[in-house]
Amino acid sequence: MSTESVQFHHDADRLTHDLRHRALIQKALGGYYVKRDEQKAKYTDWQQARASAAAAKYEAVNHLDKYLVELSDKLAARGTKVFWAADGPEAADYIASVARDAGVKRIIKSKTMTGEEIHLGQALEKAGLEVVESDLGEFIVQLRGEPPYHIVFPSMHLTRGEIDETFQKKLGSPHADTPEELTMIARNVMRQKYCEADMGISGANFAVAETGHISITENEGNARLSTSLPRVLVSIVGIEKVVPKLDDLAVLLPMLATAGAGQNMTCYNTLLGGPRQPGETDGPTEFHVVLLDNRRTSLLADPEQRDALHCIRCGACLNVCPIFKNIGGHSYGTTYQGPIGSVITPHLRGLQSWKHLSFSSSLCGACHEACPVKIDLHHHLLQNRRNAIAEKPVWWEKPIFAGFAWFMCRPALYRFAAPLLRLGAPFLHAIRGKFFDPARVWTGTRDLPPAPPQSFKEYWRHRNAKR
Amino acid sequence: MKITLFIPCFIDQYYPGAGIGMVRILEKLGHTVDYPESQTCCGQPAFNSGYWDEARSVAETMLDAFRDAEVVVGVSGSCGAMLKVFYPELFHGKPREAEAKALAAKTHEFSSFLVNVLGVGDIGASFPAKATFHDGCHGLRELGIKREPRELLKHVRGLELVEMKEAETCCGFGGTFSVKFPEISTAMGEVKCASILETGAELVISNDSSCLMQIQGLFDRQGQKIKSMHLAEVLAHF
Repeated sequence: MSTESVQFHHDADRLTHDLRHRALIQKALGGYYVKRDEQKAKYTDWQQARASAAAAKYEAVNHLDKYLVELSDKLAARGTKVFWAADGPEAADYIASVARDAGVKRIIKSKTMTGEEIHLGQALEKAGLEVVESDLGEFIVQLRGEPPYHIVFPSMHLTRGEIDETFQKKLGSPHADTPEELTMIARNVMRQKYCEADMGISGANFAVAETGHISITENEGNARLSTSLPRVLVSIVGIEKVVPKLDDLAVLLPMLATAGAGQNMTCYNTLLGGPRQPGETDGPTEFHVVLLDNRRTSLLADPEQRDALHCIRCGACLNVCPIFKNIGGHSYGTTYQGPIGSVITPHLRGLQSWKHLSFSSSLCGACHEACPVKIDLHHHLLQNRRNAIAEKPVWWEKPIFAGFAWFMCRPALYRFAAPLLRLGAPFLHAIRGKFFDPARVWTGTRDLPPAPPQSFKEYWRHRNAKR
Repeated sequence: MKITLFIPCFIDQYYPGAGIGMVRILEKLGHTVDYPESQTCCGQPAFNSGYWDEARSVAETMLDAFRDAEVVVGVSGSCGAMLKVFYPELFHGKPREAEAKALAAKTHEFSSFLVNVLGVGDIGASFPAKATFHDGCHGLRELGIKREPRELLKHVRGLELVEMKEAETCCGFGGTFSVKFPEISTAMGEVKCASILETGAELVISNDSSCLMQIQGLFDRQGQKIKSMHLAEVLAHF
């Protein structure tokens, strides 16, 4: 087992026994389901909307060569510097060098999962820069030294009391009871940071090739401040974020809001078109867009799973995933949690190290059903399993499945031997859950069904004999 | 109509009642029932574990067993989905692809077959109980079966059907997942069992015995009195 897999088993097992965590997540998501369904009901045809959204992403992802160049040209035409980064270190080095050249000391960052993916914050801190998260949820987990718990709701695992405690400890703030008071504490800290920051860093929800715009959607207004106040602006954009036309946002933005947060539209929707233009009085004087590959092209090269690049990071698949709900976001040990994380992490970070995530699924398909861009998530988990085993079978499993196949390919043997296996049932029942019980992985927590007096095959034979 | 039964291995060994129920119902409706004894397992445990070569060789046994069947009706949504949805994928680009596709096309899950092919709603069953229905994920999402079992249960005399909260949430079985990740599987099952208990039902019905093995196994361990039955067993009470 890879070290990642050992860690996963350990963390997941711990969280499954944490009933407080289970109740907390169920309650948080219970509210989300109600709001999501209310919003979905406003669509004339949600399935048709899914098909349109998927079609827009399909077009983009299958013609990245065309749309990325178009995006880059359009951005450059208004004075934006575009940097193509092959991987995380290249992107982080570039951003650090931009900061150095512009004499930047302080950076304010709005939520970017792509930035999380390449540990951008840490890299810039190492380069001697101050980096502050401005998204409230991200700000809270940053104060706690934790990674985000969820793609969309980074601090969903925390209670109001825990947030209050964190603020008191880390910010020296007075005790606060209500969400409003807590938000005001964060706001007071952040307003100061916005004014002091020399550089803003944002992610991108979409990048429009047709017009050369970076689209950002948010509820707090922090991204708008982070991208308009500092004199230097950097947007880090995964290459799969490009969409062909501005019109595509007409379907993608509301669907992202509905699937992601149960909203009609998010509160603030911003299009960044470039740095301050001649004659303009405000806005950043420098604008850099970093287009990041970081092994997305290896996913692109896999026609079976290419549609995983459709992902708009709404988190809907996490919200319905019964595994996520029981093991929580941190157990995954990945930037992207839940079904989408289990699908893409093996591609982004190595199949053998991360294959356990694809096996840790009951393949229920709730993720695919919830996905607004129709990614075939649960089938991709099956394909990852197949690819992992084809590349490197598990040494003790291989003979078991070879034996299984040998046995099941011999109907006469099955007919004779299967009832013998059933005879062992009373014995298994007597030792159930004990250390030496061979079925302990099942019987540790669950009873086995009692063995019936006759199998169906025996019933069928007796019945035919009587006739 | 001559109907060929698909009885998956664990139904054969542990839940024959579901298969027997299906035989009684189909014969009551005036059909001829056939059961090729050479069928064993659909190969799903190997398939879901990533061992597709092994799964394919088992699946070939099934292609042989059902070669002459006109219509195949299976008693498990999960194993039915294996034949109907995953065989074509498993044999994609392989010599027996056409046979796999042909088997997929003539295979039906039991409740869907009764309602959508035979056009039957009322089997004439009576079963006085307060019950809730659990949707097995493969039946629900791979095969799109949701309305059919409810349509059949609606006509069962004396049966009061109460829907549970999140009936569509997975019970946590997931085949080999249940033993590879027993802690996660159990936690999911506990959530499911709590939803069932909340309804006040005395009986949980499903069209997948594997889900019921998980649910009943947890209830038994918890000392709960709730019982589980396959849809076909309930419908065979006439």
